[in-house]
Amino acid sequence: MSKLQVSTTINGDPQEFLCDPDTTLLDALREELGLTGSKEGCGSGDCGACTVILDGKMVCSCLVLAGEAEGRQVNTIEGVAEGGELHPVQSNFLELGALQCGFCTPGFIVAAKALLDRDPNPSETEIRYWLAGNLCRCTGYDKIVRAVQDAAAELRQERTPA
Amino acid sequence: MNAPQDKRSFRYVGTRPVRPDGVEKVTGKALYGPDFVAPNMLHGAILRSPHAHARIKSIDLRKAEALPGVKAIVTGADFPTLESLIMAVGESSSDIVHISRNCMAYDKVLYDGHAVAAVAATSGAIARQAIKLIDVEYEVLPHVLDIEEALRADAPVLHEDIFTKGVNPKPDKPSNAALRVEMAKGDLEEGFGKAAVVVSGRYTTEPVHQGYIEPHACVVSWNADGQLQIWTSSQGHFAVRSLTASVLGLSQADIRVTPLEIGGGFGGKTTIYLEPVATLLSRKSGRPVRLAMSRSEVFRASGPAPGAVIDLKMGAAEDGTLVAADIEFKYHAGAYPAITAHSGASSAIAHYKVPNSRVVGWEVLCNRPATKAYRAPGAPQVIFAVECALDELAGKLGIDPVDFRLKNAVRPGDKQFNGMPFGEIGYAECLEAAKAHPHWSAPLGPNQGRGVAGGTWGNYGGPSTAEVSVAEDGSVLVTTGSPDIGGSRASMAIMAAETLQIPYEKIRVTIADTSSIGFSMVTGGSRTTFATGKAVTDAAAEVVEILKERAARTWGVEPSEVDWRDGEAVCLAEGRTDERLPIGRIAGSAPFSGGPISAEAAINPGGYLAGYGVHICDTEVDPETGHVKILRYTAIQDVGQAIHPDYVEGQMQGGAVQGIGWALNEAYLYDKDGRLDNPGFLDYRVPVASDVPMIDTVMIEKANPDHPYGVKGVGEVPIVPPLAAVANAVTHAAGVRMADLPLTPDRVYAALRAAE
Amino acid sequence: MMATLAFHAPKTLDEAIALLAVDPRAIPLAGGTDLIVQLRSDRLEPSAIIDLKRIEKLSGVRRHGDGFAIGAATPCTALKEDAELAAAWPGVVEAANLIGSVQVRNRATMAGNLCNASPAADSVPALVAAGATCLVVGTGGEREVPVKDIPTGPGKTSLKPGEVVAEIRLPGRVGGEGDAYLRSIPRTEMDIAVVGAGANLAFGPDGTCTAARIAVGAVAPTVVLVNEAGEALVGTRLDDTALEKMAEAVRSACNPIDDKRGTVEYRTAMAGVLAKRVVAIARDRAGEKA
Ligand SMILES: Cc1cc2nc3c(=O)[nH]c(=O)nc-3n(C[C@H](O)[C@H](O)[C@H](O)COP(=O)(O)OP(=O)(O)OC[C@H]3O[C@@H](n4cnc5c(N)ncnc54)[C@H](O)[C@@H]3O)c2cc1C
Ligand code: FES
Ligand code: FES
Repeated sequence: MSKLQVSTTINGDPQEFLCDPDTTLLDALREELGLTGSKEGCGSGDCGACTVILDGKMVCSCLVLAGEAEGRQVNTIEGVAEGGELHPVQSNFLELGALQCGFCTPGFIVAAKALLDRDPNPSETEIRYWLAGNLCRCTGYDKIVRAVQDAAAELRQERTPA
Repeated sequence: MNAPQDKRSFRYVGTRPVRPDGVEKVTGKALYGPDFVAPNMLHGAILRSPHAHARIKSIDLRKAEALPGVKAIVTGADFPTLESLIMAVGESSSDIVHISRNCMAYDKVLYDGHAVAAVAATSGAIARQAIKLIDVEYEVLPHVLDIEEALRADAPVLHEDIFTKGVNPKPDKPSNAALRVEMAKGDLEEGFGKAAVVVSGRYTTEPVHQGYIEPHACVVSWNADGQLQIWTSSQGHFAVRSLTASVLGLSQADIRVTPLEIGGGFGGKTTIYLEPVATLLSRKSGRPVRLAMSRSEVFRASGPAPGAVIDLKMGAAEDGTLVAADIEFKYHAGAYPAITAHSGASSAIAHYKVPNSRVVGWEVLCNRPATKAYRAPGAPQVIFAVECALDELAGKLGIDPVDFRLKNAVRPGDKQFNGMPFGEIGYAECLEAAKAHPHWSAPLGPNQGRGVAGGTWGNYGGPSTAEVSVAEDGSVLVTTGSPDIGGSRASMAIMAAETLQIPYEKIRVTIADTSSIGFSMVTGGSRTTFATGKAVTDAAAEVVEILKERAARTWGVEPSEVDWRDGEAVCLAEGRTDERLPIGRIAGSAPFSGGPISAEAAINPGGYLAGYGVHICDTEVDPETGHVKILRYTAIQDVGQAIHPDYVEGQMQGGAVQGIGWALNEAYLYDKDGRLDNPGFLDYRVPVASDVPMIDTVMIEKANPDHPYGVKGVGEVPIVPPLAAVANAVTHAAGVRMADLPLTPDRVYAALRAAE
Repeated sequence: MMATLAFHAPKTLDEAIALLAVDPRAIPLAGGTDLIVQLRSDRLEPSAIIDLKRIEKLSGVRRHGDGFAIGAATPCTALKEDAELAAAWPGVVEAANLIGSVQVRNRATMAGNLCNASPAADSVPALVAAGATCLVVGTGGEREVPVKDIPTGPGKTSLKPGEVVAEIRLPGRVGGEGDAYLRSIPRTEMDIAVVGAGANLAFGPDGTCTAARIAVGAVAPTVVLVNEAGEALVGTRLDDTALEKMAEAVRSACNPIDDKRGTVEYRTAMAGVLAKRVVAIARDRAGEKA
C-alpha cells in the first residue's frame, strides 16, 4: 500500500507524517507522533476518549482518516495546558476529584473545553448532553459535571474585566 | 496505634487534597496499558473463534507464516500441558488449566471470541491480515447459553471432566453444574409457620460487563536467558506475574511486571488474558511484542459478571420480623468454573437477621466468556431479589420499607452466619440516615415512583507490602505494589502524612514493579486503602521510631525521651524541652547517624469490616413507551473513616451509576448461533452523562477500630443496592412488579400492557 | 485491509465524479461516521476513498428558489447554525442533530445518513415527511430524485455506480406549516433508533389540516411514507378519531424485524405512539407560524 504524506498543524506546530490511507487520525497521533494522550476506548465513535479538535470542531479522532487532516489544525489534550499552566477545566477536574482511573479524562477535558469556548454558562442539562458522547465508567459523571460548572464559573470571572 | 482515633484530631485524614498523579492524568501524559512502546516492538493480533462451541480439527498456519512481516505465530499447542492447580485470582480462585485454556483454546473453543491463534508482525495491519490467513477447521458443536437450558439432562456439556462440586456423593456424570453451595440455619418449616405474610417469586438478571474504558493491553519482552519483562495495566501485577509464571512454567523471579496506569478494572482486570500469549510470541520472535484488545474483543473475550435466575420465598411475622428465607440462585459461570456463588450465598441476607434460612447457589457452565469479578462479585444479583422481596413484604404488612429493613437489620454484636459477633458495622445508621434524608419524604408526581434498597459486601484484607523512605531533604517516598485505580495514591499519601505529621505535599507515592517491592495482592475487594493503607501506616510509624532514635542519638538522650510532633523530634529530657529536630535535619545527617532512613511493612491484616449501603431512587415511567427516567438518586453508605472524601464519594457515585446501567439497559445479547450481537458501546448501553442526575452521597463515618485510621472498604458496596432500588422505584411508578432486569423500555412496556 | 487502498480529496465535483467513474470499487467519503466504522470492521473493502469535504460547493446551506439546498458534505451541527433553515424545518434539523454525539454530528452529514441506507437513519423520516429531494450527479449528468426513492433496502440505494448525492433540497415554507421528528431509544443519547417518526403538516386558516405527510423509520427495510396516515388527518382538525386512525395506519404500515434493538410488537406499538406525538408537535409549530 503506498503511503500518504500528510502535513498538518498539531497544537500549533507544523507536523508531517507518513501513514497508510486507512490509518485513522487517532492511530497517527498515537503511533506515528507519540501523542498518546488521546485514548482509544472503542475505535468506533462510541466513547469519546479520542476526542480532539479538528479545525475548531470536536470530533472523534478514531473516526477521522489521517489523510483528512492534510492542511488542517488539530488540537489534542497535549495542547490544552498553556506552557506549564493548566486550563481551568483541568484544574477543576483535579480540585473536585472528577477523575478516578483517568482514562476518559483527556477526552472529557477536550470536550468540556470545547463547550466552554462557545458557551460560558451552560446549564447542567446542556453539559450532560454535550458530554453524552464521552463515556466514563468510574465517576457516575457527578463530579465531572460539577468540575465543568466550576470551570465555567472561573472562566466567566476571568473574562469579566475587573 | 490500633485505637480508633477521633476524626477531629486528624490533620490530613478526611481532607481533599489534589491527588499526586493528577496533573499527569489531566494533561494526557500518564501512560496506560495501550500507551507503552518498547524499542523494536512487534504488534500482535489474536484470531478468535466465530463459534460458540466447536472442536478444533486442524489449524493451518502456512499462508499466514508466508506473509512478509510475520515474525511469530502461536496456538494452543505452544502452551505447556499443566496439572490442575487452584490458584488465587483476585479474591476468588481458578484452576490454572482453565486460565491457560481461556488465554488460548486447545482442542475445543467454548465461546464466541475464544482465542485460537496469535500472530506477531512488524505492523498491526500485517498482524491483522495474517490472522485472516489462518485456516481453522472446526467441527461445530451444539451450544448452550441459558442457565436453565444448560442444566437440562440433554444439554451439550462443555467439559467432560467437570462433575458438580459441593454435592455428595460426587455425581457419576459430568454436567454443566460446576458448583453447588448451601448455607442454612434454623428450621425453614418452623420459620414459615410463624409467618403472617409470605412472598415468593422468580427474579432474573442478565450478564453485564464491567465496561472499563481502557481495553486490555500489554507489552512483553522475553530474553534468551529466560528472563522477561511485562508492561501491563492490571489490578495486580503480582497476580499477572504468578499466573503467567504458572501458565508457562516459568520462575516468578524471572518475570518482572511493571504496572502501567490502569483505565478502570472493577474486578475485570484481576486475571490474565494476553500476557502468556505475548510472552510466547516474544519468545518465538526474540522481540518485544504488544498485544492489545479491541473493544469488541473486550466484550467477547474478557469476563463479564454472571447473569442470574433467583427463586426465593421469604416470610415475616405480623410485627415485621423476618422469620424465614428460602433462596436458590443460579449464576452463569461462563465457559469455565467461577466461584461467585460462594460470595453470593454469603452476602444474600447477610445484612438481616433471619433466624431460619437456606441459601443455595449454583454455578452453571455455558458457552459464554468465563465470568469474572465485577464489584462485589456475586452480591448484586441475589440481593436484587432479596431487596425486591422485602419491598413486597413491607407492602403487604403496611410497614414503611425503611422501617421494615431497620427492624431486621444486623447490628454490632449480632451473630454472623459463622457464629462470630458483628463488629462496628453501620447498616442501621445508613437506614436511619435514609429515613431522615429529605429525599425519602419528598413529594412525587404522576407516573413517578420511589424505591429503596440496602446491600452489603464483606470487604477484604489480604497481603500487602509498603515501603516508606525519607529523602535527604526530609521529603518522603511511599512505595507500594497496589495499582491506583481511583485515587489510592492520594489516600496512601494522606495516611503517611498523618502518621509522619508532615505536609501531604512532601510525600510522593510510587507503585513499584514486582522486582522492586514485596508482594501485594490485587487491588480489588475494597482492600487497598484498608490493607495497603495499613502497611503504609505501619511502615511510616516505624520511620517515626527511627527518626526519634536518630534524634535521641544526636541529642545524646534515650529514645524514650523523644517525642514526635508536627514533623519534628521534640526533646523531653529535663531542661532541654525547647530542643527540636525537624525531619529534614535528621534526614540530612542520616548517613552519620546510622544510615538511610527507611522501613518496610509486609502484612496480612485481619480486622476488616463489612460495608453497608442504602440507596434511594426516584423514577418516572412513560406509560405509553415504557421509558424510565432516573429523576433523583441518593446513596448512603457506612464508609468507615473517609481518608479522601472525594474519592469515597466518587466510588459511591460510580458504583451507583454502574448499578443503574445494570438495572436499566446493560445486557449481553446473543444471536441464535451463539455469537455476541452487541460487542460495542453503541448497543451495550452503559449510562451516558445525560441518562443520570447528580448522585447525592451521604457518608456515614463509623470508624473501623481495627484500622489505624478507621478504614472500611468502600468500592464494592455501592453497586449492590441500585438494582433493587431502581426496580422498586419502577415497580411503584408502573404499578406492576418488575422482576427481570434490565428494565429496557420494551420490557417495561410489555409489563404495563400485561398488567392492564 | 486492502493492499491497494487509495485516498483522494478532490477539489471539484467533476474530479470526484471522474475518480468514482474510473474505479468501480471507489466510494465517496462524507463525515465518515458510518464509512470508517465499516472500514475498520472489514464490512467494507473499497479500493479508493474519495473525500467530498474539500469540494467547496458541497459544503454549507444555500437558498434554492424559495427553499434550501444543503450541500452533501455539510455536517449536521452546521444545520443548526443556519437560523432560517432551523426555523423553517425544525423537525429535519432536530432529526439530524439526534445522530450520535456532538463529536459525531460535527462530522456526520444527512447525505451520508441517507446513502448509508440504514432503515433506522434518523434524518431520513424527517426528510421524507418534508418531501425533500436530492440532486444526484454522475457521469451521465444530474437528476433530481425524491429522498424517499434513494434507499431501496438495508445498505442498498438506487444510486447508479459512480453517482453521488450532491445536495439535499427542502422546499420553501409558507405560514401554517410545521414539521417534527422523534425517535425511541433506550438511553437519552448515543443510540440507534428503535423506531423513528417524522411528520410534516399544513393547516388552513380555520385550523383544518390541508396536507400531511407521516414517515416512520426502523419499522421496515426502508423508511416508509405512510400515505393513509396523512390522508387520515387531511380535512380534519386532528380530533382524537382522526389521530387514532392515523396511528392505526402507521401501525399497519409497519413491517419490522425482531432484533437486538427491539421486538416487532414494541416497534409497531411505538410507531403509533411516536406518530401521535410528532403530529402534536408539528401542529403546535404550524400554529406558531400561522
Ligand atoms: C457513535 C455513532 C452514533 C451514531 N448514531 C446515529 C444515530 O443516532 N442516528 C443515525 O441515523 N445514525 C447514527 N450513526 C450513523 C452515522 O453517524 C450516520 O448515518 C451519519 O449521518 C452518516 O453520515 P456520514 O457523513 O458520516 O457518512 P459516511 O460515513 O461518510 O458515509 C456513509 C455512506 O454513504 C456514502 N456516501 C456518503 N456521502 C455520499 C454522497 N454524497 N453520495 C453518495 N454516497 C455517499 C458513503 O460512501 C458510505 O457508504 C451513528 C454513528 C456513530 C459512529
Ligand atoms: S475511541 Fe474514538 S470514540 Fe471511542
Ligand atoms: S475516570 Fe475512569 S473512565 Fe472516567
